[in-house]
Amino acid sequence: MIARLLTGAALTALTIGALSVGPAAAQQGKLSGDTVKIGVLNDRSGLYADLGGEGSVVASRMAAEEFGNKILGKPIEIITADHQNKPDIGSNLARQWIDQDGVDAIVDVPNSGVALAVQEVTKAKKTIFLMEGPATSRLTGDACSPTGFHWAYDTHALAVGTGQAIVKEGGDSWFFITADYAFGHQLEADTSAEVKKAGGKVVGSVKAPLNTADFSSFLLQAQSSGAKIIGLANAGGDTITSIKQASEFGLTQSGQQKLAGLLIFLSDVHALGLPVAQDLVLTTGFYWDRDDETRAWSKKFFDRFGKMPTMVQAGSYSAVRHYLKAVEAAGTDDGPTVAAKMKEMPVNDMFAKNGTILPNGRMVHDVYLARVKKPSESKGAWDYYQILRTIPGKEAFASLEESGCKLAAK
Amino acid sequence: MMATIFGIPPQALFGQLLLGLINGSFYALLSLGLAVIFGMLNVINFAHGALYMMGAFVSWLLLTQLGIGYWWALLLAPLIVGLFGVILEKTLLSRLYQLDHLYGLLLTFGLALIVEGAFRHQYGVSGQPYPIPEMLRGGQNLGFMFLPNYRGWVVVASLVVCLGTWLAIEKTKLGAYLRAATENPVLVQAFGINVPRMVTLTYAFGVALAGLAGVLAAPIYQVSPLMGSNLIIVVFAVVVIGGMGSILGAVLTGYGLGLLEGLTKVFYPEASNIVVFVIMAVVLMIKPAGLFGRER
Amino acid sequence: MSLHSQSGAQRGTRGAPPAATGAAAGRAAGEAAGRGGATVGRLAALVALAVLLGAPFLLYPVFLMKVLCFALFACAFNLLIGFGGLLSFGHAAFFGSAAYVTAHVVKEWGLPPELGILLGTAAAAVLGLAFGAIAIRRQGIYFAMITLALSQMVFFLALQLPFTHGEDGIQAVPRGTLFGLFNLNDPLAMYYTVLAVFLIGFAIIWRTVHSPFGQVLKAIRENEPRAISLGYRTDRYKLLAFVLSATLTGLAGGTKAIVFQLATLTDVTWQMSGEVVLMTLLGGMGTLFGPVVGAGLVVALENYLAATSLPVPVVIGVIFVVCVLLFRRGIAGEVLARMGQQKAK
Repeated sequence: MIARLLTGAALTALTIGALSVGPAAAQQGKLSGDTVKIGVLNDRSGLYADLGGEGSVVASRMAAEEFGNKILGKPIEIITADHQNKPDIGSNLARQWIDQDGVDAIVDVPNSGVALAVQEVTKAKKTIFLMEGPATSRLTGDACSPTGFHWAYDTHALAVGTGQAIVKEGGDSWFFITADYAFGHQLEADTSAEVKKAGGKVVGSVKAPLNTADFSSFLLQAQSSGAKIIGLANAGGDTITSIKQASEFGLTQSGQQKLAGLLIFLSDVHALGLPVAQDLVLTTGFYWDRDDETRAWSKKFFDRFGKMPTMVQAGSYSAVRHYLKAVEAAGTDDGPTVAAKMKEMPVNDMFAKNGTILPNGRMVHDVYLARVKKPSESKGAWDYYQILRTIPGKEAFASLEESGCKLAAK
Repeated sequence: MMATIFGIPPQALFGQLLLGLINGSFYALLSLGLAVIFGMLNVINFAHGALYMMGAFVSWLLLTQLGIGYWWALLLAPLIVGLFGVILEKTLLSRLYQLDHLYGLLLTFGLALIVEGAFRHQYGVSGQPYPIPEMLRGGQNLGFMFLPNYRGWVVVASLVVCLGTWLAIEKTKLGAYLRAATENPVLVQAFGINVPRMVTLTYAFGVALAGLAGVLAAPIYQVSPLMGSNLIIVVFAVVVIGGMGSILGAVLTGYGLGLLEGLTKVFYPEASNIVVFVIMAVVLMIKPAGLFGRER
Repeated sequence: MSLHSQSGAQRGTRGAPPAATGAAAGRAAGEAAGRGGATVGRLAALVALAVLLGAPFLLYPVFLMKVLCFALFACAFNLLIGFGGLLSFGHAAFFGSAAYVTAHVVKEWGLPPELGILLGTAAAAVLGLAFGAIAIRRQGIYFAMITLALSQMVFFLALQLPFTHGEDGIQAVPRGTLFGLFNLNDPLAMYYTVLAVFLIGFAIIWRTVHSPFGQVLKAIRENEPRAISLGYRTDRYKLLAFVLSATLTGLAGGTKAIVFQLATLTDVTWQMSGEVVLMTLLGGMGTLFGPVVGAGLVVALENYLAATSLPVPVVIGVIFVVCVLLFRRGIAGEVLARMGQQKAK
């Protein structure tokens, strides 16, 4: 009996041993400073693939190419992975990247839930984390990290932009359809606060799981609530589905209720088409057709990728570029040193003018309130937004004191 | 102000019930297919959800690749999925009839992973849009809610198919053979009926029903590789509640639980996802064979 | 025997239940081998233990810890199917619930890791008692479906209950200090803790299988009516086996939560339940070591595939199908059977 037991144990151990030689070899390469390795970690196949995905990789490559793919005489390497919107997969990948592959900076990570998980890992490992995809303001609030940077936008900016604008137009009673995870909760909370501040009221909300196929029963709840505004605190594929189904159920035809998409990306408008998306009001950290510089860069991006950049993709470029500049200036890829350098230098590129980085990692830059054009107003492909207002960075983003980041106390 | 029923505006109540009925239509179609297959093969077809998804994808591919529209897809997609079922049954499932039935469940589980994984690999997990056919666009204002025509059509189509299948099995000669073969295959074989072929065709018919449900679902939900994976577990619970092997039980329970889910959404939305499972547990305590099942 | 009154009998198509086919052959063979090769076996075991102790110096410890957690999970699952003949398709419920409870009490209540794992394990035990009481009313395929449906209920609860944090899961769970002595943030301390947990769990399973209780369980698997006629209250035995299996599954789940510092929905999905079935099937149902081999292989394979463009679920599905069609004894079952044949010559 015992012999059989023991034979089995040996068998097991040997099998596992034999199968795992690969990772072991890779681990020895750790801490080699011979390369600056950047890992773009995002949703490459799911509902957020269009707003970041491969586009964020292309944008990051464009940033590296500006340095000739070399920094301090060493090559810049960019690797990618799909976190499938699962926090466990995301944090495991991040851990493995840092431990085994010697990744120096992680980029993008849409989906706030995954980003929060990755932030824990990068914080513990003192690795740079450049966030463009995720929205929750908690990333620079209670979950802030000395090496975490939140770049393109956040829930606070969306609430200040879209929330305030809609209340001003008379949309003073709200019902939220909220994506049931970190991002949705925070967006609802931030927007509710802005709505109340502006004198409106929130009559109710319903939480819909991520990647919901059928919003009809949630929409029905929103309809019977009698609220003037149905706030969609969701993103990507979920926003697209809910807007489409709202029109299928004739929700907005009565004219008594209006949809407000709180987070809408250029890629969503493109998927919905102008006839459905027209007149949506949205807040964005970037629009390609804003000035000559943005047009020039976006044209280059379009030539390579076939689509105009979203704010997430443009933000990835800006963040990676700034990171590389800091590495160059600091002469090292050591996380905390580079992070300090990044915070010292202003951000000046086609994405942001005189952007500053707060100690909690928030990159403060101007954001834009925009309206989706009517089909008749659009002059051609990708001519989607009319910029209504430039919201100064200081107004859009929470100050260090408001953020609740504990690093602030230091 | 309008009158209320149990403190709930009738608009919300009837609206959710109607949506429940639409969901119930899918439960009924899928559990019908599962019940037909189980009755004949004693296999719980775990791949049912994946084949439902395949039905939706086939119609989407027909449209985008070949320009074949919804109405033809309604015919073609179930045929294609059914044919796929024939291949599965002939090459794989038929090898397991001599073994414990659990192996059938495990095999179809593996098949579900393969089919789902392959579509996911090819098309990603975000949904592909499938337009509502021209004829069924728009909707009716029912007073308490706005019912899109297409969803109304789904309810009608599913009722017709379920009723037709039930009649065919209970009232026709073919159905009689089928029922007899379920009870005693050896005897039926002795009467000169080709039982293995009957088994194959039954499986094909069952999965074709899943394919049909997939086509019906395509314009409502987006066509996504994951659309079947969570639905199928609910349908399993439906089949357990109805009593396995009971055709009528599967259909009635399908609609009934859809309605009940709708009702839960009105009174206690948080519980709407688990109400089916709670009912399953209760039914098992009181009547282990299921509401319509016989203890065998 | 897992099925004793199924309708299949009417068609004369009854076959041996899964556990019986692979396990019985493997067992007989293994016992034959065991008597002859005791010295070889002991040596091999020493080597195995040495390898397990030395492994973290060669391999990525997080990977090893994952293997050990899943190995314990699969062994616990195997206790039910391999020795009790009950195929549960909902074991993820126990794995995941324990992970959630452990993560919650460690993070929110500030309990030390050992207490956290203990509470997680206890939660799985309670859940196992509830599910077991419902599920053992039916057998075979019905049992599988009921456990599956019940675990899906747990999935939806995990999605909606406030303390599980829905899609986000419970994150940033501190590893803490074990017994106030060992700082688990040190990868080696964490690894040896997980190894200890695994060995304890494995020892419990080994003891159970070889106890009178285990013998009765096997008797029930082989022929339940006969066990009843011998005066055994088989339902009680099955329930106890179910609870024990759920508890040990919980032990694995709670430990995993500490290792990975999070508890998420992935751990309660039906795909996870399917994965543990595969590990056990691949390794060899009803063998003590089969599940460990299976877990090691599946985790290593997933690790390897993640770096390639091959779709993981498809590969896993193909292995599933191949195992069911051609390889029902699993790896350990085959090895033991071969060894048995050689000895018999």
